[in-house]
Amino acid sequence: MKLARDLEIVGDLSNLPPSASGARNLVWWGNTGFMVIEGTGFALAAAVYLYLLTQASGWPPKGDQHPGLLWSGIFTAGLILSELPNLWVLRCARAKNVAGVRWGVLAMTLIAMALLIPRAFEFAHLGVTWHQDAYGSVVWLLLVLHTAHVITDWGDTAVLGAWLFSHEVGDDQFSDVEDNSNYWTFVVLCWLPIYALIYWAPRVL
Amino acid sequence: MTRDQDRLDRLDATWRDAPGLWGFLTTVDHKRIAARYIVTALLLMFLAGMLALDMRLQLSVPENTRMSPQLFNESFSLHGSTMLFLVSVPAMEAMAFWLVPLMLGARNMAFPRLGAFSYWLYLGGVLTLWIAHAMDITPDLGWFEYPPLSGPSYSPGHRADIWAQMITFTEVAALAASVNVAATILKMRPPGMTLARMPVFLWAMLIASIMTILSMPSIMLVTSMLIADRLVSTHFFSPAGGGDVLLFQHLFWFFGHPEVYIIFIPATGFISSIVETFSKRPIFGHSALVMSLMSIGALAFGLWVHHMFAVGLPQLGNGFYTAASMAIAVPAGLQIFCWIGTMWAGRPWLATPMLWVLGFVATFVVGGLSGVMTASAALDLQLTDTYFVVAHLHYVLIGGGIFPLFGAFCYWYPKATGRLMSERWGQIAFALIVGGFNLGFFPMHLLGLMGMPRRVYTYPAGMGWETLNQVATAGSAIAVLGGLVFVANALISYWRGAPSGPDPWGGSTLEWASASPAPSWNVAYTPVVDSLTPMWNDGRPLRAMDGIAIERREVLVTSVTDATPLYRQLSASPSIWPLIASLAVAAMFLGSIFTPWAVAIGAVPIGAALIGWFWPTRPRASTGPLRARS
Repeated sequence: MKLARDLEIVGDLSNLPPSASGARNLVWWGNTGFMVIEGTGFALAAAVYLYLLTQASGWPPKGDQHPGLLWSGIFTAGLILSELPNLWVLRCARAKNVAGVRWGVLAMTLIAMALLIPRAFEFAHLGVTWHQDAYGSVVWLLLVLHTAHVITDWGDTAVLGAWLFSHEVGDDQFSDVEDNSNYWTFVVLCWLPIYALIYWAPRVL
Repeated sequence: MTRDQDRLDRLDATWRDAPGLWGFLTTVDHKRIAARYIVTALLLMFLAGMLALDMRLQLSVPENTRMSPQLFNESFSLHGSTMLFLVSVPAMEAMAFWLVPLMLGARNMAFPRLGAFSYWLYLGGVLTLWIAHAMDITPDLGWFEYPPLSGPSYSPGHRADIWAQMITFTEVAALAASVNVAATILKMRPPGMTLARMPVFLWAMLIASIMTILSMPSIMLVTSMLIADRLVSTHFFSPAGGGDVLLFQHLFWFFGHPEVYIIFIPATGFISSIVETFSKRPIFGHSALVMSLMSIGALAFGLWVHHMFAVGLPQLGNGFYTAASMAIAVPAGLQIFCWIGTMWAGRPWLATPMLWVLGFVATFVVGGLSGVMTASAALDLQLTDTYFVVAHLHYVLIGGGIFPLFGAFCYWYPKATGRLMSERWGQIAFALIVGGFNLGFFPMHLLGLMGMPRRVYTYPAGMGWETLNQVATAGSAIAVLGGLVFVANALISYWRGAPSGPDPWGGSTLEWASASPAPSWNVAYTPVVDSLTPMWNDGRPLRAMDGIAIERREVLVTSVTDATPLYRQLSASPSIWPLIASLAVAAMFLGSIFTPWAVAIGAVPIGAALIGWFWPTRPRASTGPLRARS
């Protein structure tokens, strides 16, 4: 094989570790990239809401009810509280605690699944259908968009949890758990402005 | 990068694909993926070019009836959608896929299977649009499909849905590709290649990827909203239900304007590489070029309303966007001066790639100047929807994107194939394409100023437009002929071209250190970089490091700013799952044209495919309740 130039070997990389955690890890950047994409999607959907709000004479339009605060409040409180076990799992991953990440990820799977129950009731208490008017359309858009993220992360967490129990847990798996925890935090943080828009903007603005 | 045959054999055993069809379907080799991207995009460029020629024939005489209004609508919609979504952006991604690892001295992309997934999804978008066309379900509302025309009331049937889902395919593919490219550039640079020592090409690809990540969610959102309006009766764009049709335009152009720069910025990377090598001196004003790219990347997000001057926005808004649109000419112009400065201070060698650079500079400056004209809201109001805009956008996109792409093709062709293209036929193709292009599109400026509107299938006699239209048609035909010469040159050179050797041009960056064509593992050792032009070190041996595994697929991961080696990362092996996952995603996208339930039901096979994709290869657990019990 013909090469352009001769080589001079000036060092050896074989003593580098085979993995790294946090932002040193390559996959962390992939995960972050997808969070930026989805975060941009959330921001644009929020902009759509505000744009339509500025075009409307009433918000919600006359005849539409305000969205219910009970189930959304339960969901929001539950979601915020879920950060406690989530951050605990993150700490276990960083401490490379095998039992901690196994049972912690299982717990997060159950918590995410449980949160889907008040979320389902939220849809039922939005006070408007998606085909009623543009207000209904954008409220449903925001809620569907966020729910898709909750379901996706729930599925991801469930599969990750199953494999943590069924297979050996090494440094790469601790990184996976860390990325998964970060993603759940992203799902929580995205919800807060969306919650404010859906449930409080019609009441306050 | 070694002559140790045993080492090369072992690397080959580790990195080679399976033979035959299975290897074709499962490969995660970035070069093979990029090659199929490029071949697909070039084929589509030919098809969409034929559509353009067909439209030019139609317009060559007044009151022509050889095309019906409907066929003309379909033709320009298919032409624009194909060129923007399926040719220009994917071709730039392909160049990133192909060159980024080679220029980094890395053995593959950061996420090899994601790269394969991107291509298969992109192909899904191609097939969606063109198979629908073969079935006479061609989108017919332009490349942007504005509501209310594209809404359920005015566009029954599925033409608009086909367009919207083609977008979804290609944008998911582009977003995945962008994350891949950005992560590779940020985390897989060789030791010594700090951000300050990163070639302009890599900066360009990084900035274009970040722009894609921030802009393409907008088009995905807006086409999803359009599909929802059409499928489940939402009211985003129906004024009767409190919706707003201009919302579509805002979201479309929030993506659409950055897209122009997502095409142009990679092209500046090609230009910088070619100008440096063929001027035989390091690029003049590296920092200024990089800062210009960043400025363009940021300003590009503040211009979208200049596509909407005619819709009646407030004066203050128009004034702001006029100023921003003119401001972007400053960094764009600065770049031109840097390239001219490099040529001025160097010893330019006018081989074919360099000819394309000169063609680019001349054409892009014309396009830039007509851009400054249309940036003025007052003038734009007169020129919008006329042939002046057709001329402007083609000067910018073909001059600023496709000419550099052709130059890049000629420049890196020897690296991809190990052979040189014919210089003589390359010059003939260049002359025909650039000459034909200018003959074809320059008269359109005049036609626009004379008032000829865009998107009309014919025009009455006696308007004074006949001669200029005939000149434009003749120019287009000459450019298409040049395109055929270009492709023939590439095809014939593939088998009969003179062997190129690894570095026929005396290139400045690391891709020229590997063999031509580059083997499946790219480099045997990890290069060490101490300048912006690592190949130009007065002929001394290239410095490299050993230690990245040869018996398993492994890559080096380094720190973001200083490229300090951090750890060795396993690199994904070939897999059929990216193809299966993209088939599952395609089923969901296509199903959701007909029923919203496809989204819920279609998620199940996608989930199953992703489980297969990531199925653990590590040993079963020896502890815990699900441990392996023998």
